Amino acid sequence: MAFVLSAEREREMSEIFTRYPTRKAACIPLLHLCQDQEGYVSEEAMSYVAEQLGMAPSQVKGVVTFYTLFNTAPVGKHQVWVCKTLSCALRGAKDIIGHCEKRLGVHVGETTKDGKVTLRTAECLASCGTAPMMQVDKKYYENLTSAEVDRILDRLLEA
Amino acid sequence: MLKPVKILTKMYDVPEGWTMRAYERAGGYQAAKKALGMPQATVIDEMKKGNVRGRGGAGFPAGVKWGFMKPDPQKPAYLVINADEGEPGTFKDRTLMEKDPHRCIEGCIIGSYAIGAHVCYIYVRDELHLSKERLWSAIREAKDRGFLGAHPFGGNYAIEVYVHTGAGAYICGEETALLESLEGKRGEPRLKPPFPAQRGVFGNPTTVNNLETIAAVPTVIEMGGEAFSKLSSLHHLNDGGCRLFGVSGHVKNPGIFEACVGLTLRELIYDLGGGMSRGELLGVIPGGSSCPVLLPSEKVNAPDEKSVLHPWHGQSVLDVPLGVDTMRNLGTMLGTCCAIVFSDETCPVAVMQNLMAFYRHESCGQCTPCREGVGWIDRIVTKLLHGEGSVDELDRIHDIGNGIMGNTICAFGEGSAMPALGLVRKFRRHFEEHATGKPCSAGGRLDA
Ligand SMILES: Cc1cc2nc3c(=O)[nH]c(=O)nc-3n(C[C@H](O)[C@H](O)[C@H](O)COP(=O)(O)O)c2cc1C
Ligand code: SF4
Ligand code: FES
Repeated sequence: MAFVLSAEREREMSEIFTRYPTRKAACIPLLHLCQDQEGYVSEEAMSYVAEQLGMAPSQVKGVVTFYTLFNTAPVGKHQVWVCKTLSCALRGAKDIIGHCEKRLGVHVGETTKDGKVTLRTAECLASCGTAPMMQVDKKYYENLTSAEVDRILDRLLEA
Repeated sequence: MLKPVKILTKMYDVPEGWTMRAYERAGGYQAAKKALGMPQATVIDEMKKGNVRGRGGAGFPAGVKWGFMKPDPQKPAYLVINADEGEPGTFKDRTLMEKDPHRCIEGCIIGSYAIGAHVCYIYVRDELHLSKERLWSAIREAKDRGFLGAHPFGGNYAIEVYVHTGAGAYICGEETALLESLEGKRGEPRLKPPFPAQRGVFGNPTTVNNLETIAAVPTVIEMGGEAFSKLSSLHHLNDGGCRLFGVSGHVKNPGIFEACVGLTLRELIYDLGGGMSRGELLGVIPGGSSCPVLLPSEKVNAPDEKSVLHPWHGQSVLDVPLGVDTMRNLGTMLGTCCAIVFSDETCPVAVMQNLMAFYRHESCGQCTPCREGVGWIDRIVTKLLHGEGSVDELDRIHDIGNGIMGNTICAFGEGSAMPALGLVRKFRRHFEEHATGKPCSAGGRLDA
């Protein structure tokens, strides 16, 4: 089925175009809109963005695959990103990752069977002074302990 | 010298300090109003006198950079603010965006005017959702107040500020990759020259400033450049003002602290950072992961009176003021001024493996020496960490690292090779233990 943005997101798209002197500059913001809607950027969404911007779909795909945050396949309802870079690693990131894997019953990179949570590791998320930390969807959780991680994950799994 | 100040962090403890109401009550936007009534060249002059060294890592004087912008009637100029904050260990720009977004916007207004730009983009990494929200809301408030738009402060110099986001790629912090990304492309660095001031975003003259650099601008205008610069004890080295210092890792009180330029690593770690949270200090990476490590046992060797470092000759490197030129002369870099501290319960081989995994993941892959070299170093150090490498391989790291240096499009190459070379050289004993199958005293761990 052909991809279209919801009416509200389409309005947002029109507003985004006004910010730049070229259509193409809206590429990444538009891809974010598509991913917000579907949870990932499908081939259909890439064609849609290409058409809006006057680009070739392959060009858009080149952009999508360059950036870590764009998913090219469906993912869980919630995204859990645990930072594993140095400042966090010095303060127990490895244990936090292990704890998440155990609690969720998945390895890093996998989604729980019920499709609720995808567990991933992230590179430095600019929160090094409150390490260890993780990002759940759009929110940061800092100065983590295993007990805190349990509370956060339980809420996601129950919801 | 520890001289705490409250300029950049003035709003941090104010309730709802991120709102227009709070910011104006604290005297906000007076500097922008003043600047827009000054000749543009005078604003640039004040910035030059302010000796604001770029806060994004390279330490280039911001006023001089602004001076590179030449008016071109055929081409619009752009101001682009780098808030991609991705350098491991760095978490300062985020605090400004979250706690004092109006200071950032005010800096953008003054900067745009000074360089002749009517449009400014703030490139924020996508993960920083609260930062983006606060900036957008500050922009809306500033528009409503008439500080942005067609007639800022009632004048005729139009200025628009927009927030633009990336999608997760450390390399987009490199200024030309950032411009590519802003144009809607893959974030692959460009060859320089042409420099952004000649050919930047959309093919037009562009200035790229770090977010903290631009946040210092209102104070430079308010105090006057010279007075601002003289806050610093390194004023004589053209390294002026105050800035944000960060400390993370094995300290009791990690965080962001504001102080005048001239603070030492010892003060950052033991006074502001509260001292070690475990063990003894083994190493400190002064300003983000791309800066070579310093050891507390290292002494300054600068007998020559003309040397920048001479005043600290014979002292520990921890007692040298943190400045762009002082750190460069110590063979490392000031970088982003956010230090990562690790204790003697940490395995330096594991430190290096963690960083090399990061760089391997983040190389954009355009240049063979970077793409292959960083991957190769990562493979070797991973083997060493698990006690599987050899002394031969350990020595090969030097060749690979030296093969990267100077042979790449962007500074990512040096930024990954230099810390690797520094770690291997300064922790030779630890690396040899790993290469010869001796037990590692830290058990190969980072968090003990
Ligand atoms: C690999 C790499 C990553 C960088 N990341 C950042 C960054 O996240 N934020 C930043 O401000 N500068 C970053 N820089 C430095 C920029 O290229 C540029 O020097 C800086 O934005 C200029 O601003 P300034 O002069 O105000 O420091 C990076 C440089 C390199 C080589
Ligand atoms: S040095 Fe590395 S990151 Fe920079 S352009 Fe070359 S491959 Fe890309
Ligand atoms: S290292 Fe984890 S947030 Fe920076």
